[in-house]
Amino acid sequence: MRIECKHVWEHISGYIDGEVDAGLRAEIDKHLETCEICSAVLDSTRNVVVLMADDRVFELPAGFSERLHARLDRELQLADST
Amino acid sequence: MAASNPEFETDCIRRILAGEKHLFHALIEPCERAIYFLLLSLLRNEAEAEDAAQDTAIKVYLNLKSFRGDSQFRTWVLSIARNEGLGRLRKAGSRREDSLDAETDEQTGDYTPAILTSWREVPSAALEQKELGALLRQAIDGLPEIYRNVVLLRDIEEMDVRETAAALGVSEGAVKVRLHRARALLQRSLAPRLKGFAPKRKGLFGWGA
Repeated sequence: MRIECKHVWEHISGYIDGEVDAGLRAEIDKHLETCEICSAVLDSTRNVVVLMADDRVFELPAGFSERLHARLDRELQLADST
Repeated sequence: MAASNPEFETDCIRRILAGEKHLFHALIEPCERAIYFLLLSLLRNEAEAEDAAQDTAIKVYLNLKSFRGDSQFRTWVLSIARNEGLGRLRKAGSRREDSLDAETDEQTGDYTPAILTSWREVPSAALEQKELGALLRQAIDGLPEIYRNVVLLRDIEEMDVRETAAALGVSEGAVKVRLHRARALLQRSLAPRLKGFAPKRKGLFGWGA
């Protein structure tokens, strides 16, 4: 029996993360073979996930690390003297 | 994200506690990004998130001997960061902290994706264009709080479900539900706009028109 598009959408995130069981995965794969809408929804969702993971999207503010470690240095010395 | 390395961490912590304090820099460094972005997600202000991140690192240092090793070091660090963030919200008398508790997974919403009939992949190289990064940040910023936190740790810092659940103090099931909804919302808001960043390959596979 052919599963519905809506059913595929409900599991898209788990599918991308490899968290759906083998039976469901096979059903979804079969559906994707013939459904261009679900294929495009899956591909676009996966693409969004890949892009978000890129370090260039969220960068630390300039000098963040330097300021953090300078503050740590001061605190570590303080902790020394107490 | 830097991969966590439990052996390095355990050894580092032992030596720091034995007096080699300078090693703390190397210990905390792989957690810096996650600490900052978790706090930014909670506090929504860069300067305050940075200040809170520094306080978090100091608290981690001062409490290092209470780390038991029954969770990952980074998970423990992030729970300290989360408490720091929540404490600041509480102190500011912000209602946002209440809204964090009030938002539940029971709420229903429309998580129908943007319906497309074809998708041409936007390569990571397109991130060289500043507008693309801005578009992604805006979309994530526009997510409801409980979804934003999860996306941030799972998809941006690439932490696993267990670690994300522990850092946020929610169940693994809640992480999965929230991540699913967040990705659906992001796909819906982004897909129509991302199309313009896909490489133009006229005519190939019928994409041309």
